Amino acid sequence: MQFQLTEEQKTMQKLVRDFAEKEVAPGAAERDEKEEFSREIADAMGEMGFAGICFPEKYGGADADVLSYILAVEELSRADAGVGITLSATVSLCAWPIFNFGTEEQKQKYLVPLTEGTKQGAFGLTEPNAGTDAASQQTVAVLDGDNYVINGSKIFITNAGEAEVYVVFAMTDKSKGVKGITAFILEKGMPGFTFGKKEHKMGIHSSMTNELIFQDVKVPKENMLGKEGQGFKIAMATLDGGRIGVAAQALGIAQAALEHAVKYSKERVQFGKSIAANQAIGFMLADMATKVDAARMLVYRAASFKDQGLPYSKEAAMAKMYASDIAMEVSTDAVQIFGGYGYSREYPVERLMRDAKITQIYEGTNQVQRMVISGSLLR
Amino acid sequence: MEIVVCVKQVPDTTEVKIDPVTNTLIRQGVPSIVNPFDKNAVEAALQLKEKHGGKVTVISMGPPQAKDALKECLAMGADEALLISDRAFGGADTLATSYTIACAIKKLGNVDMIICGKQAIDGDTAQVGPEIAEHLDLAQVTCVSKIEVEGNSIKVEREHEEGYEIIETQTPVLLTVLKSINEPRFPTIKGTMKANRKEIPTWTAGDMDVNPDQLGLKGSPTQVRRIFTPQQRVQGEIIKADSAREAASKLASKLLEAKIV
Repeated sequence: MQFQLTEEQKTMQKLVRDFAEKEVAPGAAERDEKEEFSREIADAMGEMGFAGICFPEKYGGADADVLSYILAVEELSRADAGVGITLSATVSLCAWPIFNFGTEEQKQKYLVPLTEGTKQGAFGLTEPNAGTDAASQQTVAVLDGDNYVINGSKIFITNAGEAEVYVVFAMTDKSKGVKGITAFILEKGMPGFTFGKKEHKMGIHSSMTNELIFQDVKVPKENMLGKEGQGFKIAMATLDGGRIGVAAQALGIAQAALEHAVKYSKERVQFGKSIAANQAIGFMLADMATKVDAARMLVYRAASFKDQGLPYSKEAAMAKMYASDIAMEVSTDAVQIFGGYGYSREYPVERLMRDAKITQIYEGTNQVQRMVISGSLLR
Repeated sequence: MEIVVCVKQVPDTTEVKIDPVTNTLIRQGVPSIVNPFDKNAVEAALQLKEKHGGKVTVISMGPPQAKDALKECLAMGADEALLISDRAFGGADTLATSYTIACAIKKLGNVDMIICGKQAIDGDTAQVGPEIAEHLDLAQVTCVSKIEVEGNSIKVEREHEEGYEIIETQTPVLLTVLKSINEPRFPTIKGTMKANRKEIPTWTAGDMDVNPDQLGLKGSPTQVRRIFTPQQRVQGEIIKADSAREAASKLASKLLEAKIV
């Protein structure tokens, strides 16, 4: 067992960290305040090839590994968690299912622009009444000649409105339950495909979250992803990988909170000494650092399992659950260490605390992760 | 246009630690980076290549780990890299260093332009670039903030405290560039992967036509007695902004950029 990144992974980490510190971190507070998505940053990430890190060269990628991509999400999230999930939504939730389940034509048409960064991607599964119970999809797709006609809507969709490519799930046969769900690739601008209201969220303000609305959207048959009825399987497999992305996002948030707390506790003087000189603070920092490192091991392990072609569903669930739980804890502790200033928007830790919360909820709540983990133990 | 860019790997700090006994740099434990001015030199070369075609070769003299600096330049988009490394080069002052680099460039041959950063942030001499030009008997312009090329003729702006001069010259030429010339690009992911896989050749003293007496410590007429930070008197800069908050954030990013904090 080795606990060192390879030279290549270290280079990737440094490259993304340099970009994140110089181009992402400086505007993070402002984007949070204005609830503003930065297309400029999304495009810059695309140009630099972040979305192609873990895909083969023949599909426009860099042919590096999943762990390198996960390091990128971590580094971006350390600067701005909204930017981290913007990348993760394109890569894990849109490019990956097309890469894994798409036809050669679909890969050339939709995957290559995503990995080359000229287009952004999104994933539409969640509906107002189909959250954790993804099987109760109301969106329907009916075959009509050479097209499927899609009607319905999706909510809480990351990158909605900004993305050009969408992996969307719809019922093709209600009588079959989960086996009646089918995945489709949609393009922004297809007639009848529109976007609803922008979601006002607690955190990750710099990521775009919106509704997808389908009114008689004609989707060519060749845009079906996988086979008819295979949608649920595709969604679950995609979310297994997506969870590593969310875990990395949580890890980046926790790492940022820890760094801010260490720095502030050394600078803040009370009773004539830095507050870090108090063991009460020192022990909090020790616990925070240990949790962050433990989370890091779980996250990197899940990515490394995926790289090695091993089953990683349980590992991804563990990584996502633990990293998001400790992101919440560590960011809350960071606010506590900052005291009154921590509660103020003058300092970044309150943003980290708001950003951390979603990581316990999306791409499967942490209760669902526990179902996945216990399910695999009790099989 | 065939362009050679000379780069140096330097420790990532302005407060360079000096061994009090040997008066040389303590490199251990300090992360290494490409000298910031040299990144501007690479960027300038890449922009010229994009506009006029040609090839960009980066060369560095240093220990084997200086390959990391060369890799970063390859990742930015340079075509070739060359490391000049030999124990015989150790302890070189600027004269011996520039002589050695000049010999390597001579061996490369057919070079239209050599671009160096104005100075390295560790030694701060700003001598190696100009000295390379002297060894090669080339025209040189230092402190360049703008380059325009038309065929064989080069028009550059040379900046100094009171303003700038416009200088016209011909290729082949050596230029040293300022940070104000451009904003160095980030390496791309694909560029980095390609750079990682690329073989970087190493030339030793034996690979070049050199006079051994002009290399390394032996070829160095100057010796460092003591290194210290002198009292600096530089022109101040007024940061204009709409609010104190914005001004402070601009100041902070400038300080970070200049590696002062």
